[in-house]
Amino acid sequence: MTKTFEIDGKKIPYEEGQTIMQAASAAGVYIAHLCHNPQFTPHGSCKLCTVKVNGRNCSACTFPASEGQNVTNVSKELNEDREKITQMLFVEGNHFCPSCEKTGNCQLQAVAYHLNMTDNHYPHFFENREVDASHPDVMIDHNRCIFCTLCVRASEEVDGKNVFAISGRGIDKRLIVNSKSGLLKDSELDGNDCAAHICPTGAILIKRTGYSVPIGQRIYDHAHIDAVALASEGEVHDL
Amino acid sequence: MTSKKVKVATVSLAGCFGCHMSFLDLDERLVDLVEHVQFDRSPLTDIEHCSDDCDIGLIEGGVCNSENVHVLREFRKNCKILVAVGACAINGGLPAMRNHISLEDCLNEAYMDGIGIENPQIPNDIELPLLLDKVYPLHEVVKIDYFLPGCPPSADVFWAFLTDLLAGREPELPYELIHFD
Amino acid sequence: MHNYILQIAQENDFQSTRLLKILHAIQKRYFYIPDNAIEVLAEQLQLPRTHIQNVVAFYSFFHTQSSGKYTILISDSITDLMLGKSDLMSYFEQKLKVDIGSVRADGLVSLNNTSCTGMCDQGPAGLVNGYALTHLTKPRIDQIVNYVNRETPLAQWDSDLFRVDDNIVKPDLLLNEKPLHGHAITSTLTRGLSETLAEIELSGLRGRGGAGYTTAWKWKFCREENATQRYIICNADEGEPGTFKDRVLLNSYADSVFEGMTVAAAIVGATQGFLYLRGEYVHLLDKLEAVLEARRVSNLLGSNILQNGFDFDIEICLGAGAYICGEESALIESLEGKAGIPRNRPPYPVTQGYLGKPTVVNNVETYVAAANIAVHGGAWFADKGTSKSKGTKILSISGDCKARGIYEYAFGTTVKTILADCGAIDVLGVQVGGPSGVFISNDEFERKIAFEDLATGGSFIIFNHTRSILDVVHNFSHFFAHESCGFCTPCRVGTSLLKKQVDKIVEGHGSAGDIVALEELCQVIKNYSHCGLGQTAANPVLSSLERYPEIYQAMLKKISYEPGFDLDKSLETARRMANRDDAAAHLAQVEN
Ligand SMILES: Cc1cc2nc3c(=O)[nH]c(=O)nc-3n(C[C@H](O)[C@H](O)[C@H](O)COP(=O)(O)O)c2cc1C
Ligand code: SF4
Ligand code: SF4
Ligand code: FES
Repeated sequence: MTKTFEIDGKKIPYEEGQTIMQAASAAGVYIAHLCHNPQFTPHGSCKLCTVKVNGRNCSACTFPASEGQNVTNVSKELNEDREKITQMLFVEGNHFCPSCEKTGNCQLQAVAYHLNMTDNHYPHFFENREVDASHPDVMIDHNRCIFCTLCVRASEEVDGKNVFAISGRGIDKRLIVNSKSGLLKDSELDGNDCAAHICPTGAILIKRTGYSVPIGQRIYDHAHIDAVALASEGEVHDL
Repeated sequence: MTSKKVKVATVSLAGCFGCHMSFLDLDERLVDLVEHVQFDRSPLTDIEHCSDDCDIGLIEGGVCNSENVHVLREFRKNCKILVAVGACAINGGLPAMRNHISLEDCLNEAYMDGIGIENPQIPNDIELPLLLDKVYPLHEVVKIDYFLPGCPPSADVFWAFLTDLLAGREPELPYELIHFD
Repeated sequence: MHNYILQIAQENDFQSTRLLKILHAIQKRYFYIPDNAIEVLAEQLQLPRTHIQNVVAFYSFFHTQSSGKYTILISDSITDLMLGKSDLMSYFEQKLKVDIGSVRADGLVSLNNTSCTGMCDQGPAGLVNGYALTHLTKPRIDQIVNYVNRETPLAQWDSDLFRVDDNIVKPDLLLNEKPLHGHAITSTLTRGLSETLAEIELSGLRGRGGAGYTTAWKWKFCREENATQRYIICNADEGEPGTFKDRVLLNSYADSVFEGMTVAAAIVGATQGFLYLRGEYVHLLDKLEAVLEARRVSNLLGSNILQNGFDFDIEICLGAGAYICGEESALIESLEGKAGIPRNRPPYPVTQGYLGKPTVVNNVETYVAAANIAVHGGAWFADKGTSKSKGTKILSISGDCKARGIYEYAFGTTVKTILADCGAIDVLGVQVGGPSGVFISNDEFERKIAFEDLATGGSFIIFNHTRSILDVVHNFSHFFAHESCGFCTPCRVGTSLLKKQVDKIVEGHGSAGDIVALEELCQVIKNYSHCGLGQTAANPVLSSLERYPEIYQAMLKKISYEPGFDLDKSLETARRMANRDDAAAHLAQVEN
C-alpha cells in the first residue's frame, strides 16, 4: 500500500525518505522555490518553499514527507509572505532587469511574476557589488546573486571542483571564487561546467549568448514558472 | 453624458520619457480614453502645475535631484491616486546604476577630470537643482498607491490599469502584462 | 610564516575540525589572518581555500587585515550602555586618538564595538586581544591607554583591569553544593547507568539553555541510536545579552560541569566530549584546562575512569565571536571547523550530530544540575519548583538594581520577589530571557519564572523609569542584524530591514504607516526564519509594541509618509562640490 499525505486537500503518494517537495513535484504539484533544484542536496535557505505542515511552517524542500501530513501550500497568507520574501531578495541585491541578459529567463523574476509582485515594497540597500568578467566564457555579476548556493552545489556535487562558495556573515554574505586571485579566470571553472549554467538569476552568465531569444519567446514570457518547473523536473536547466 | 472627467497628471522625473512614449502607443485607444479623461499637468499639455483636484498621477522615473523631490511632492499633494510607472520609478532603474559610484566621483568624472573637459568646474548656478547622493525609487520618498512595472510598461498595461480604475474595479494585471523589462 | 603555519597545522594533526583553534593561533601571532596563511592552510588541511576564507569572514574575532597589536573591543550590550558605555567610548576614542571601527595610523591599536561580553554585572566591559576588561572607568581607561602607548605586554598590565568577580548573591540548591570530584561518577556507577538515567528523568530536569527539552529524553534517544561513536557537548557559548551565569559556573564549579558531562558520557556511551567556550571567555581557558588535567590525574577523565572500564575525555574549543554558535547545530558546525550555520532539522543532533554521529548538546547549568542529581537522586531536585518546571534556575541579574549578579531561585518564584531581593526600585519593566525573550511591564510582576510562564535561559535585565523602551528595542534590533548568520532570506535581509525601520521610528522619522509596516516585517521574520535566532529577532519589537503601543504612536508624525533616509543630508556632497548653501540647496524632510 502506498503511503500518502495531503497538499491542499489533494492526496500525494510518497516514498520513505522523500521530502515534501520531491513528493509534490512527482505528483505534479508546484511549490514555489528558488534554492531548490532536484539534482542537488537540498539547502533550505531561500524559504520560498515554506508550507504549513499540520499548521506549522516548514521548508518543503528539506522537510521529510510522512503519513497523513496535512500540508497547506497555496493560501493567501503564504503567497503574500512569499511575495515579501521575494521582495527582500530584490532590495538586497541590485536587480535592474532591463539591463540583465537573464531577463525573461530568470527564475527570480518568474517567481515574482507568479506571485503577482509589481514593486519591491522595502527600501533598497543599493549595496556596492562587483562584476567579475575575467573569465573568457563566463561572467559573474554579484549584484544579482541571491545566495541560493546552486552554483556551489553544482560545482561540488556534479563538476567535482569546488569553484564557488558563499562567504561571510549576515547581510555581508558574498559569493567567492576558489582561486588565488579570487578571480574566475584563475579558477578551474570551464564554460561547460554544470556550475556555469545553473544560476537561477543573472548572476552567472555565459558570455556571448545574451539576448539571443527575442522578447515573446523567452521561457517566462507566456508560461508560468509552475508549469515550467514541473515540466523540466529532473533535468538540468540550461537557460 | 456630462459626468465629470477624471483628471490625470503625468510627469517624467529621472526617466527617459520611454514610459510616456509607450503611453502614446495606446494610439486609437487614446480617443476612447479622452472621452473619460482630461489631462492636467503633463508633457502632453502645457499645464505647468497640477491643479489641486487631480485624480490620478502617473510618474515615470526615479528621484535623482532636489527638483524631482519638489515635483513628486506636488503630485502627491494634488493627486488622489499616485502611480509609479516603469522600472525607474519602482527601483531607480538604469539611472540608479550610478548608486554604487559615489556622487563625488560622478561629478568629478563629468565636470572635472573626464577626458576632453575644458574649463573644469562643477556647475553652481542656483537655478540648477542639486543631485541627491543616490537615485531613489519613488516609494522611498512619498507614499505610492500603485505600481506599473515594465521598461517601459506596454500600452496594454496602461490600458488595463486605467480601464479597471475608471470602471471602479481594483486594478489587476494579468500574468502576461507583469514584466520587469 | 610558512614554517609557523606548518607547525600549527601539525600540532593540530592537520585536522580540519581544528580550524578555529589554528586560526586563533595564527591571529595571536600576526594580529590577523594573512592571505598566505590561508593558502598554506588550505594545502595542509586539504580544504578549499574558500572554506577557510568563509570561516575567517564569518567570525567577528578573525580579521583579514591587521587590527593592531592591541585590539580593543567594547561591549555594546544594553546593560553596558546603561552603565555609561557611550561616554567612555568617546573618552577612549579621544585618548587613544583612534576612530571607532578603525586602526590607528601607527597600526598599533584598534577600537570597536562588540556584542555583549557577558560581564553585565561588572560593566562597562570590553576585551583587549580577547581578554575581558571589566569595571571600566575613565581612570582605568587612562591606565589602558598608557599601557598601549608604551606597548606594555598584556601580561604586565595591572591584573585588576582583568578582575572578573563571581558576584553570587543568592545561592540555592545547586550553588550551595561543593564542586564534585568524582562523587557523581561513583554514584552513577554504583547505582547503575539505567537507574541513574531514571533518577534524572524523575528529577524532571529540562534544558537550561533556553529551549527546555527534557534532559533525560535527550540522553535516552542518543543512547538508543545505533552507532559506534557518540559525543557529549557542553554549550558554553552564552551569547544571549544579559546572561553570565555559565561564566560563573565555569569559574567556580567547573568540576561539576565536567562531572555532569562524564555522567552523560557513561550513560549514553560516549568517549569524547567537547566544551564549546565562547571566545569572550578566553580568560577562563587556562584555568579550565588545568581542571581537566587535574581530573585526568585523578582518573576522573581519560581511559578506564575510576577503574570502571569506561573511557572519556574532554576537549575545549574556543568560539570566535558569533552569537549564532549557541544554537546547537550551528555550534556543531563550528566544532567541525566551519562557519556556524544552523543545520536543517530533522535530523536532530541526538541522531546525527558532531561528524554525523549521535550527540548530546546541553547547557553548562544542565550538566551541573545533572551531576548533582546523580549524587542526590531525582527527588532531591524535583522537590523544588513547580509541577511543570522542577528544581531551580540560576539567573544573571543586571541593569537597574542594587546588587547585580547571580541568583538561584526555585522555579515558580515571582518577578516581584526577585526585584525585591536585588534591590530594584521604580521599575519600568524587565527583559526576561535576553533580547530573544520578552519585555514585561510593571503590571506583570506577579508572573513566575517557569517554563509554563516566563521561560528563560537566565538573562534578567531590569529597567527603571529613567530608561526608554525604544532605546532598548533599538539596541536589540542592531544586535540581531549584526548576529544573523545570513543563511536564510527572512532573517538575513529581514533583520537588516528591521534595524532600518526601528531606526527610522526611534529617530523620529516615522509616519502613519510605519507601525503597520514594522509589524508586518516582524511577522515575516518570525514566521519564516530558519532557526531560533530569526524566529525570535522580532520579539523585542513585538513584545514592546503589544505593551506600549502609545510610546510608538507618540514617535509618529501626523503625516501620511516620511522618507526613511535624510533627504537634506543626501544633498550634502552636491552642496559642498557646487559650493552652495542657498535655500534651494536644501530640502525639508517633509513637505511643509
Ligand atoms: C540563536 C540561539 C542561541 C543559543 N544560544 C545558546 C547558548 O548560548 N547556550 C545554550 O546553552 N543554549 C543556547 N541555545 C539553545 C541551544 O540550541 C540548545 O537548545 C541548548 O544548548 C540545549 O541544551 P539544554 O537542553 O541543556 O538547554 C541557543 C539557541 C539559539 C536558537
Ligand atoms: S551566483 Fe547564482 S547560483 Fe550562485 S549562489 Fe548566486 S544566485 Fe545562486
Ligand atoms: S534565522 Fe538567521 S541566524 Fe538562523 S539560519 Fe536564518 S539567517 Fe541564520
Ligand atoms: S526552495 Fe526550500 S528553502 Fe529555498
